[in-house]
Amino acid sequence: MKLLFEKSVKGRRAIQVDNSDVPTTININSDFLRKNSAELPELSELDVVRHFTALSRMNFGVDTNFYPLGSCTMKYNPKVCERIASYPGFAHLHPLLPQLRMGGMLTQGALQVLYDMDIFLREITGMAGFTLQPMAGAHGELTGIMIMAAYHRNKGNKKTTVLVPDSAHGTNPASAAIAGYKVVVVPSDDNGIMDIKALKKLINNEVAGLMLTCPNTLGLFNSHIKEICDLIHSVDGLAYYDGANLNAIVGKARPGDFGFDIVHINLHKTFATPHGGGGPGSGPVGVNEKLVDFLPVSVVVKRDDGTYALEYNRPKSIGYIAPFYGNFAIILRAYVYILMLGKEGLGKVAENAVLNANYILAKLKKHYKAASENICKHECVFSPTDEMLQNGVHALDVAKSLIDRGFHPPTVYFPTIVKEALMIEPTETESKETIDEFIDAMIEIAEIAKTEPEKIKQSPITTPVCRPDETAAAKNLDISFHI
Amino acid sequence: MPFISNTKEQQRDMLAEIGLTMDKLFSDIPKDLRAGEFNLPKGLTEHQVRDALAEIAGKNYINLTCFLGGGFYDHFIPAAVYAIISRSEFYTAYTPYQPELSQGTLQAIYEYQSAICRLTEMEAANASLYDGGTAIYEAVMMALRITGRNKVIIDDSVNPIYRVMIDSYTKNLSIQLEQVNCVDGQANRDEIYKKLDDDTAAVILQNPNFFGCVDDFSDIAEAAHKKGALLIVSCYPVSLGILKTPGAMGADIVTGEGQSLGMPMSFGGPYLGFMATKMKYIRKMPGRIVGQTKDKLDRRSFVLTLQAREQHIRRDKATSNICSNEALCALTALVYMSLLGKEGLKETAQLCADKASYAYHKLTAIPGVKAHFKQKWFFNEFVLDLPCEAADVIARLIEKGFAAGFPLSRYYKNMEKSILICVTEKRTKQQIGMLAESLEACL
Repeated sequence: MKLLFEKSVKGRRAIQVDNSDVPTTININSDFLRKNSAELPELSELDVVRHFTALSRMNFGVDTNFYPLGSCTMKYNPKVCERIASYPGFAHLHPLLPQLRMGGMLTQGALQVLYDMDIFLREITGMAGFTLQPMAGAHGELTGIMIMAAYHRNKGNKKTTVLVPDSAHGTNPASAAIAGYKVVVVPSDDNGIMDIKALKKLINNEVAGLMLTCPNTLGLFNSHIKEICDLIHSVDGLAYYDGANLNAIVGKARPGDFGFDIVHINLHKTFATPHGGGGPGSGPVGVNEKLVDFLPVSVVVKRDDGTYALEYNRPKSIGYIAPFYGNFAIILRAYVYILMLGKEGLGKVAENAVLNANYILAKLKKHYKAASENICKHECVFSPTDEMLQNGVHALDVAKSLIDRGFHPPTVYFPTIVKEALMIEPTETESKETIDEFIDAMIEIAEIAKTEPEKIKQSPITTPVCRPDETAAAKNLDISFHI
Repeated sequence: MPFISNTKEQQRDMLAEIGLTMDKLFSDIPKDLRAGEFNLPKGLTEHQVRDALAEIAGKNYINLTCFLGGGFYDHFIPAAVYAIISRSEFYTAYTPYQPELSQGTLQAIYEYQSAICRLTEMEAANASLYDGGTAIYEAVMMALRITGRNKVIIDDSVNPIYRVMIDSYTKNLSIQLEQVNCVDGQANRDEIYKKLDDDTAAVILQNPNFFGCVDDFSDIAEAAHKKGALLIVSCYPVSLGILKTPGAMGADIVTGEGQSLGMPMSFGGPYLGFMATKMKYIRKMPGRIVGQTKDKLDRRSFVLTLQAREQHIRRDKATSNICSNEALCALTALVYMSLLGKEGLKETAQLCADKASYAYHKLTAIPGVKAHFKQKWFFNEFVLDLPCEAADVIARLIEKGFAAGFPLSRYYKNMEKSILICVTEKRTKQQIGMLAESLEACL
């Protein structure tokens, strides 16, 4: 499809800018002005609307197709949350208002949302306090590691390493590294969960902490989780809970009760805010009692008279990690979602997410190689069978073939500890009928792979493009349009 | 139960198929680690939640006439922006890992990258970062990687909110941050050159700066390059409708807050961090990048590229830990820029500058109100000195219906009487006149 820039027609306009009601004054030295106008496209409003509508139709989203992308929790995003986020009382609120004298009184509604959300998340995770500022999961990780570093600095601990399992999301080692720590990898055992013996060997006084998802990226809950946290604490390390997979246990168990010191939550996963094609997300970080003083500023507090205020003066705080209060409109959506679920709905989320995943596991393990046949939590991981692989049908081919059958593929080639991984996370919002159709498609692909593997390798044929050349893209780099 | 599709009967059938009870499905969680009842409110219906939130929203004051800026601006947003980004094919998708299913998102990001390059006159842009502040932090990390040095010089007229953020992020790293105070609203060349040495990785400047003053950093770019250091410029995208671009000044990394490009203020987010650089530094840049390529049938295609820089491949050696960014906000910015177009953005920027200039003259005509700086080159914000404490006056003007500006004493010493006033294209001559009247009455 043509680019916006290729559709541009000289002199065409969409939005009419207001006529000036003040005199035009030359208030800027010409040396400070740009010589040529920015070469933005010249289009009508219809051109623009039609262009983007056409683009949107080249996308799969949760609203158009089943999207079982493992570890991404692509659940339904309720429309009411979108509606409420657009209420003028929220959308038109300037973030600097609370910094004016008595300005907090101008934003009591927004502060109430932030305060309540903090309380809700404490209850849901079993932590003592939250910051809602991190703007994505990885941003939460970095914030959490900064809190970890502040804790050790404050105690005079000389710690240099952070332990990360080999099955971890890539953001874990990356976050620890950019915060200044050396990353040490803990291997998984044959069952795909953290090898406690290996962990014990790696525990020493250098260890600042451990980052762990639980359940892990294989969808397995580690029954030794409390023992692992205790081990880390034995060297005054901190246990960090990566909440990317919280949807598996939300309303059923709390990371704080397992012994974790720091937790981040992906509101865009567990709490149903839209993924936006790659953000905006929100990654609140919760900590236990001993770390509360290190949380970023500002913090919303409730005064005795029932009003809300922002507290800035916290001497041990790691400081500002976001300009204001986080991705407020995303936090607001998640708040609405929690209000609607209520206490009775919360546990149903995990129950149905886990039910759907185990149903897929039970139905597909005869047709694909399951990474683990034990009960899983929110997701399950398969690989093509040896026979499929011998026929040249790989995880990627299965994925592309699913596309032609109207499904977004699972996450492929992750976790890396499983060869040819297909990581499937159905979420609780999908129905049995949809999941049955997906299972049928997976089985059909497995069958065709045995007899006519070439057919699978041709996929996808129903999409605007088919297997774009990624090597060429990196080699002949074209990342900006030139005339 | 809201948002769960399976009926009780279906759940029972599925459990039968699995051969386990619901309780058994959670048997891997040790009993003593399972939660009891949660202390949360009872669930609300959609009707109830909308009423409840309408009431909460009503406690926020949004009817003040806004002369408050400080890096976050009340610009006009065309209706088509919201209509387009509300297409759920965009907002319910995720990171375009499967290019065949994501050509819409991918082409839009490619177009966004192109638009940012054209706006800033830079060669390469990424798909977005969280916000303008974390974008500067990422630029600092990038400059350290490129130069292998660890000293960074930062002008004190870079948004103070961003400066405190950089302080937080670099606390556990061995980075030497040197702050230089600006002089009469301009970057302090003498002080910067004194500090600029062979250990300097980067000089960080902002244009227009926090005080709204505009500058041309070409000379500083040249001096930095002579020492092997980079110039990082944070900028306000709408101002680039008319202002000299960081690219034309010779900047190496350009960052900024993209909120002004079609995003509502939403009490601080979601916003958009943008970043652009020179082609030669592209492999050191953080964040997603979309490239154009061909598919099997030689059709134009777009894919995520240079992924070997990123955390999901490179793990602890990645250029950044960023994964989810602000894709929908980048789309918003692209749609906004397309709707305004080449002429519209320029006219909007000119209108901002003209109205600010009008307000400046109107307000400085009030007895006792003076311009803070001698030099008069500003875009759409300016600093005035009042005869009394600015925070008091602002509080009094709130009662008269104005968010009149920002008290600079919050971040700067000896500026108790200084107010930062912002005028966007949305403010009318009449509103400016009323502000002037009310301010005069308040003093």
